[in-house]
Amino acid sequence: MTSIDLAKQLKTRFSDLISEPVEFRKEITLSLSDAERIGDVMVVAKGELGFDYLVDITSIDNYGEDPRFTLVYHLYGYGHHCHLRLKANVSEEKSEAPTVTTVWRTANWHEREIFDMMGIRFRNHPDLRRILMWEGYPYFPLRKDFPLAGRPSEMPEVAFTSTAPMAGGPFVTIAGGKDTISREPRVRIPETDSLGMNARVERRKDIQKSHGRAHGPGPVDSRTKNG
Amino acid sequence: MAEVRDIEIKEPAGRAADAARMLAHTETLAGAEQPDLPGDKMVLNMGPSHPATHGVLRIVLELDGEIITKAMPDVGYLHRGDEKIAENMTYTQFIPYTDRLDYLAPLANNVAYVLAVEKLLDIDKQIPARCQFIRVICAELARISSHLLGLGSFAMDVGALTVFLHTFTEREKIYNLCESLTGARFTTSYTRIGGLSRDLPPGWVEQCRKFCKEVVVNLDETETLLTRNRIFVDRTQGVATISKEDAIDYGLSGPNLRGSGVMHDLRKAEPYLVYDQLDFEVPIGSKGDCYDRYLLRIEEMRQSVRILHQCLDKLPGGPVNVSNTKIVLPPKERVLTRMEELIHHFINVTQGINAPPGEVYFGHENPKGELGFYIDSKGGGTPYRLKIRSPSFVNLSILPHVLPGHMVSDVVAILGSFDFVMGECDR
Repeated sequence: MTSIDLAKQLKTRFSDLISEPVEFRKEITLSLSDAERIGDVMVVAKGELGFDYLVDITSIDNYGEDPRFTLVYHLYGYGHHCHLRLKANVSEEKSEAPTVTTVWRTANWHEREIFDMMGIRFRNHPDLRRILMWEGYPYFPLRKDFPLAGRPSEMPEVAFTSTAPMAGGPFVTIAGGKDTISREPRVRIPETDSLGMNARVERRKDIQKSHGRAHGPGPVDSRTKNG
Repeated sequence: MAEVRDIEIKEPAGRAADAARMLAHTETLAGAEQPDLPGDKMVLNMGPSHPATHGVLRIVLELDGEIITKAMPDVGYLHRGDEKIAENMTYTQFIPYTDRLDYLAPLANNVAYVLAVEKLLDIDKQIPARCQFIRVICAELARISSHLLGLGSFAMDVGALTVFLHTFTEREKIYNLCESLTGARFTTSYTRIGGLSRDLPPGWVEQCRKFCKEVVVNLDETETLLTRNRIFVDRTQGVATISKEDAIDYGLSGPNLRGSGVMHDLRKAEPYLVYDQLDFEVPIGSKGDCYDRYLLRIEEMRQSVRILHQCLDKLPGGPVNVSNTKIVLPPKERVLTRMEELIHHFINVTQGINAPPGEVYFGHENPKGELGFYIDSKGGGTPYRLKIRSPSFVNLSILPHVLPGHMVSDVVAILGSFDFVMGECDR
């Protein structure tokens, strides 16, 4: 049993839905004309043709072409040790395809990643959330119209929590200090420390004046506000 | 709660009476069918900065007492957009980025990536034999290095710190070998498309042989510390048992897959490089628990040493690069004296190696599992799309299935036995 035989079996089973197998570097690729049928094809591929291992799912952005996205599935079978690649196009207006998590559970994270990076939704996915970027991130970074340098966006609040419990203490770095000397606790000028808390508060006001805020971005809790 | 000063020292008879009273009290409590306390589930946030998460993995655990009822891994804290970066540079320029995927085995990543590109260029059969042997040596050294670290931190997380110091002594030697081989200890970037950045330095083979002899001794010592260690065995046996079916369904690969008893190793299933000429065995587990995965890694290291010995013995002479100067950079003196080589050099550096349009997937048996590169080329010097199928990412996706039912303290043992690295998971 070789990949090409299995590909032909799948082709006879679904006739018009599946294109003729393409061979490149000994790898067989089949294209599906309708992404909506991915689920059906995968059930047959796993159940009848023995492709019990889903190696990977990925997506390609054919920017400027229609349909815009391509989903790529890599299958492997432990029984016959054959690889098969299946591809299906998804249009930008639709940006949706059926999930294969019901066929292989490993598809869960792969599909989440595609949703996160390319913005293709998977219908009936049990937990379609972003996975690499944070929840609420507004862009899809692997799309070709997303610049390599990135786009500025709001960071979630969790990134800037309130000041650390030891903030203001003698061995604690002062966040947002104007230079390394004011930030680094080990090189802090000794007289300001020896004068006690008042001197430190004065110093913090200096830093606040020069830097706009005492503790870097984010909310400052009441303890710090009162000094 | 009794404070220290409240506890009075009693006569043995009084103590026995106290114990009997306590016992009776517990029995009435147990008999009375205590209703569940409201809100007894607790959510515990583990990571992203936690010593047992080996990087920046965050797991949100829902606990019922000490038992995990739900686990939600949160990855992505180390996401750098490597796939996006790859679309914007030549194939050769991406090699240093592969060092930073599984940063515990950079040499293996280098090998995996260039093999994928060479498959696309269809020059994988033209690679000189010497180069292929050296690449196998690199991949196996990386495997030992990665397993040593995985083993050390696994043991450390379950309380055996000595093992960590032991394994790091050996890793240090591998780093020294890497340094004399590539000039860098960590970020090796050793391979090139169509060859290697340089040949082995003089005396390296002897150094490597010496290391092979020493590491086996160290492994034996390490095993005496762990394999029959009561604490280690109790903490790992029967913990996180993964069935064969689940392992395949969740796409596990590498030692985690073989630990569950699936006989699959890409070095045997689809031999690349010269693995078909080498004699080695692939160990598999019988139960699929943390202990099996530990035993398997130890055995894999021994097999890697076996492979290293064979490679060092068989290492042929000859060039390490293909002769086609459209793929590898031509020698400098020819660039400076001949027109054609000058042009090749210029095109290679500025535009990259001209790859044909097409798509390939190459899976490499990395220390952590199957590291795959899917390259979609539209022709020219840069990939149109480069997808990295990272074993750690896929291996971690089984956590929500495996963790529930275990104790909180088992999490560190399970994570240690999975041996993942976040640089590769988050890419």
